Amino acid sequence: MNIEQIVREVVEQINKKKNELQSNLREEPQNEVDVEYSRAKVVGVKEPIDSDTIAQAQKITPARIGIGRAGTRMRTKSYLDFLLDHAAAQDAVKKEVSEQFLEKLDIPILKTNAESLSQYLMDLDSGRMLCDESASWLQKNSAKGKQVQIIVSDGLSTTGIEENVHDLLASLEQGLKLKNISMEKPIFIKRSRVWVQDHVASIVNCDLVISLIGERPGLATSKSVSAYFIYKPTKDSVESDRTVISNIHEGGIQPLEAGAYLSDIIDDMLSKKASGVKYAQAKN
Amino acid sequence: MKLSGRIKDQHFQFSSVTEVLAKASEEKSGDLMSKVAAGSSLERVAAKWILSELTLKDIYEHPVIPYEKDEVTRVIYDQVNEHIYKEISHWTVGYLREYILEHSTSSSALKRISRGLTSEMIAAVAKIMSSIDLVMASQKIRYQAHCNTTIGEPGRLAFRCQPNHPTDQTEGILASLKEGLSYGSGDAVIGINPNNDSVESVSRLLTISHEFIQKWGIPTQNCVLAHITTQLQALKKGAPVALMFQSLAGTEKANRDFGVSKELLDEASYYMMKMGTSAGPNVMYFETGQGSEVSLNADHGVDMQTLESRTYGYARLWNPFMVNNVSGFIGPETLYNGRQMIRADLEDLFMGKMNGLPMGIAPTYTNHMESDQNDQEIAGMLTALAGANFYMGVPGGDDVMLSYQDTSFHDDASLREMLGFRPLREFEVWLEKMGIMENGRLTPRAGDLSIFN
Repeated sequence: MNIEQIVREVVEQINKKKNELQSNLREEPQNEVDVEYSRAKVVGVKEPIDSDTIAQAQKITPARIGIGRAGTRMRTKSYLDFLLDHAAAQDAVKKEVSEQFLEKLDIPILKTNAESLSQYLMDLDSGRMLCDESASWLQKNSAKGKQVQIIVSDGLSTTGIEENVHDLLASLEQGLKLKNISMEKPIFIKRSRVWVQDHVASIVNCDLVISLIGERPGLATSKSVSAYFIYKPTKDSVESDRTVISNIHEGGIQPLEAGAYLSDIIDDMLSKKASGVKYAQAKN
Repeated sequence: MKLSGRIKDQHFQFSSVTEVLAKASEEKSGDLMSKVAAGSSLERVAAKWILSELTLKDIYEHPVIPYEKDEVTRVIYDQVNEHIYKEISHWTVGYLREYILEHSTSSSALKRISRGLTSEMIAAVAKIMSSIDLVMASQKIRYQAHCNTTIGEPGRLAFRCQPNHPTDQTEGILASLKEGLSYGSGDAVIGINPNNDSVESVSRLLTISHEFIQKWGIPTQNCVLAHITTQLQALKKGAPVALMFQSLAGTEKANRDFGVSKELLDEASYYMMKMGTSAGPNVMYFETGQGSEVSLNADHGVDMQTLESRTYGYARLWNPFMVNNVSGFIGPETLYNGRQMIRADLEDLFMGKMNGLPMGIAPTYTNHMESDQNDQEIAGMLTALAGANFYMGVPGGDDVMLSYQDTSFHDDASLREMLGFRPLREFEVWLEKMGIMENGRLTPRAGDLSIFN
């Protein structure tokens, strides 16, 4: 047998095995039950002093605790859980807000200069200004001179916005009404960053802007929303002039309860005429 | 000063030291966003060449932001030792690189000349260094500091236990804290990022962490990473603060955005010495990271890496106990992927050490970056090899409050074991007493938070 022959036979053998393997794979789903990956929390510590204590601790925080170890490394299941959650979070960033959701939300939809998701992610300034068309629409259609403007921004988590904004917006508007605080109609701004609130304030001439913005997704939740407040922003406004309340989602500050909390803060900011560090100092 | 030259029949002309510094930087998305990056690979090499032939005097005489206009520049220049600077001002950046790497240059010689350098010179030399260059140089320099524990001793590696909870719940924080301690994490600091930045809430977290430390006799320090003004108010009202935290940046404008200034940091240091709970003398904890200036439009057309080095030169004034670099925390607009993050971590560790700081690294990534756990672990191993003083310790590597990934309690224990490092001296004794560690290795009890029942 010459070398060429040997190689040919080996290749044939490999191909035969490959085909068998592939036909097995094709058949498998029909024969086996399709098992769903379980994301349930389990005590992973081997021979703990008190397993109940660990199970109890796992209930009071979403943090990855009580997961045990293999040597100094994670156990297999905790490692897979981590990879799964990272994959889900990466996918959440790439998702766009659905048309259906926007229809149901029923508030004006404005746009920034960010024309694509990649431009939005890589060029911060593109998400900080309304596009010309949206700016002139707002100029024409806003009431002007109200106390508060609410902005909804998709930010980095459309899931966060889709899951929480209905309840959050309703409870926030209710809270402000109860306090007799006047409002512009809320607006949704697609692919926008926090600083777009300064541009909006300059158009609608309000005292305070609150932005409800989808936070960048974490592993524990990809559904979190933050509220950013700024009192009378100007061209010289800086980051520390803003106040932020983060972690509004089902596992953090409940969206239905957040409305009352946020409107209390707005009321206090309006009376102290400040936000950010200046507001924190005025409180003490 | 020569700012132009020919390479491969192409003529390259730069208009300023600032432009040469920016274009000599390794490729990073933040520098592309602010339009200061090199336009081609060849232009990048041309800039590195021109930079290598600039003298330290050229750089000294052309700060990237003028002395009169920027507090960070003033703080850096006011700290430069003029005698040492005069000795070396004629050196080129290329010569400085070789001097740093020579066997005959001892650790103490390096520490001495670093006092004659501005932060821009340190950034410059890092731009003509490769990954192994940066590791070899970083290994030569190590600074110690003391708060309640001593950080930075040879052969020891410390961790901050970071037991954050999305709504600051006491029991949730304590559960993660116990978990971290049971893995041997927490000798650098027990540091909580608060969700609620009010004085009352921050004081409460300071009190619970302080009481836990007292109850279990743990040799460490506590810190709640609220804005410095909030911590200062809590401190003045009698809250137990062992270490005071603040994020810093490399321009006065960005620091103004952060709500900090030299005056405020002076005041915080003063009150920490007066009212803080710790032994000191190092009572401040700073965090920094490439890209904060550009994301705040406060970069003045200077590249991210040079601004990061300036941040270290600024931080040095307050003799911090720890400076933690969190390049990678911002997102893809500043560091696009794992490769850029790893490079930034290596540069930052070297630059921090050359600026005289007890440096630690948080090799972090966010979920909108093109990066994953593998990149983070590589950055962790390389910077540990390069002699970082400390890392963070986050349950399962997933911070459920700040929504980003950082080194886990598992990674902390692994870094110690793979490189033969021990916990900080006082803390190791405590771990042995608790039965968590024996002869530098975790015992079967480690990783079980119910040992604190």
